Amino acid sequence: MSVDTQARPGGRHAAVPPGSQSTMLRKTGDWARRAPLLPALIFMIIVTQLPFVVTIITSFMDWNAYYPDERGFAGIDNFRRVLTDANTRQAILVTILLTAAVVLISLLLGLGIALLLDRKFRGRGVVRTMMITPFLVVPVAAALLWKHALYNPEYGLFNGVLTWIFGDSAPQPDWISNQPLWSVIFALVWQWTPFMMLILLAGLQSRPLDVIEAAGIDGASQWDIFRYMTLPHLRQYLELSALLGSIYVVQNFDAVFTITSGGLGTANLPYTIYQTFYTAHDYGRASAAGVIVVIGTIVIATLALRSVSTLFKEEGR
Amino acid sequence: MSGQVTMVTGRKKRGGGIALSGLAWIVGTLFVLPVLWMVLTSFHAEEDAAKNPPDLAAPLTLDGYRSFFDTGPWPSIANSLTASILSTLLVILLAFPAAYALSIKPVKKWTDVLFFFLSTKMLPVVAGLLPIYLFAQFTGLLDNIWLLIVLYTSMNLPIAVWMLRSFLAEVPVEILEAASVDGAGLVRTLRSVVAPVVTPGIASAALICFIFSWNELLFARVLTGTVAQTAPVFLTGFVTSQGLFLAKVCAASLVVSLPVLIAGFAAQDKLVQGLSLGAVK
Repeated sequence: MSVDTQARPGGRHAAVPPGSQSTMLRKTGDWARRAPLLPALIFMIIVTQLPFVVTIITSFMDWNAYYPDERGFAGIDNFRRVLTDANTRQAILVTILLTAAVVLISLLLGLGIALLLDRKFRGRGVVRTMMITPFLVVPVAAALLWKHALYNPEYGLFNGVLTWIFGDSAPQPDWISNQPLWSVIFALVWQWTPFMMLILLAGLQSRPLDVIEAAGIDGASQWDIFRYMTLPHLRQYLELSALLGSIYVVQNFDAVFTITSGGLGTANLPYTIYQTFYTAHDYGRASAAGVIVVIGTIVIATLALRSVSTLFKEEGR
Repeated sequence: MSGQVTMVTGRKKRGGGIALSGLAWIVGTLFVLPVLWMVLTSFHAEEDAAKNPPDLAAPLTLDGYRSFFDTGPWPSIANSLTASILSTLLVILLAFPAAYALSIKPVKKWTDVLFFFLSTKMLPVVAGLLPIYLFAQFTGLLDNIWLLIVLYTSMNLPIAVWMLRSFLAEVPVEILEAASVDGAGLVRTLRSVVAPVVTPGIASAALICFIFSWNELLFARVLTGTVAQTAPVFLTGFVTSQGLFLAKVCAASLVVSLPVLIAGFAAQDKLVQGLSLGAVK
């Protein structure tokens, strides 16, 4: 990546002799280079950055749509209210738990399945296709499927299988009421494991096979090859899939909204903010919560971005 | 003697191999099972779908689909198609020139620009939701499909820029220079040198953008009503149980997922490229 920056523009500018005319030429050249970038850049700034600036301003305001007369400057009141509110703290905790559990479990499962699928065997393509399927079900549809067709205590498949095995005296747990957070986590793990698996499998298949064969001939055990060759090679792919997975799971709304409707202690931050703004119409407070989410995300993302940039650096040309 | 030993280890290895292949098949089956269950249930009558233990051999019927289509899902499916296809087109139109300016003739500090694009993906959607809602309310754009098209474009543009850049970065510089020495214009260079390399990238980016727009719920739920509601919003009507309705729910979930399932199965390799932002090819 860094080699690239130096090689290209340098090569083009090197031939330009010094002088006022050439600086002008170079300036028009710079703008000619920038021009194709501008539409996308301006579009992104307007649609994603501008609203966020408004969110920051609103977060310092007293603004509830039910009490339009009381609109005014609130200082850090919203932040104080959000941070001292037990519900928000619970939501922060749920968001962390949900994201960590889903990303870690699906990463480990994805790694195991990717290793299984990295071998040649009959029907490998079929198994890969079967594995991808959960990821291709629309998230709301997947959540509906888990809620009604699998978890339902009366006619769900899980309790149906229990009745099959144990007969009429089979236990018939109410999965969602008993383990609300884990119900959401499992439905999400089911959808995200294929995602992790796909990226890790691609990583496995980009290993230099000749080196691994040579190591095998030199008497390295399977475990040694995995530990000292495969795992270091996979590291950046593990980081990439964990980062991308976290970006999406942190923001998950569909599963929480559908499976538990945010009840039973499963409301995460996106759901809580949605509620504060959509149902309670407390705009100032919703914005303050939004700002807090963004700050949290920036902290995590800055750490994570560093590892991704190494992956794209090694991509090379 | 030694021949016997290798035979034994060979057999042992093959036995282990069969066990691992079997395990792969079992795991794959477990993961696809809920979907198969959904397909089977969608073809059962409501009374059979609600049986416990489940009745696998119950007679098949299209009643579930009939009662789903009776609820009038077509406008929302049409809205989803409009929003997904138009936003995907818009994304590619904006992303291609941008990716060009970040790889073939890179602007200064192009890595910063690239990471700016990615950082917008990390800005939680929910943090920008309120201003967008107020803006839409103020301008009368609430319940307007074009608002969703613009938002989905902003949601997917970073992904497409990253992907297309990583594909354009593979265009060999020497060929580009040779083309310009030969006097080939921009259009010819784009068509004969750049297009062959980047077309698969555009296909992957388009696939991912289509899937993500089709799946989106939060924006659509907050910003649309009866006119512009999308298929996922329509599905939220099934969140609370309504008596015997399992076959209908399964039919609905399947119908709404069908475009994504078809596109994803047809282009499995593109899926990997798209999901990894082009880092994996």
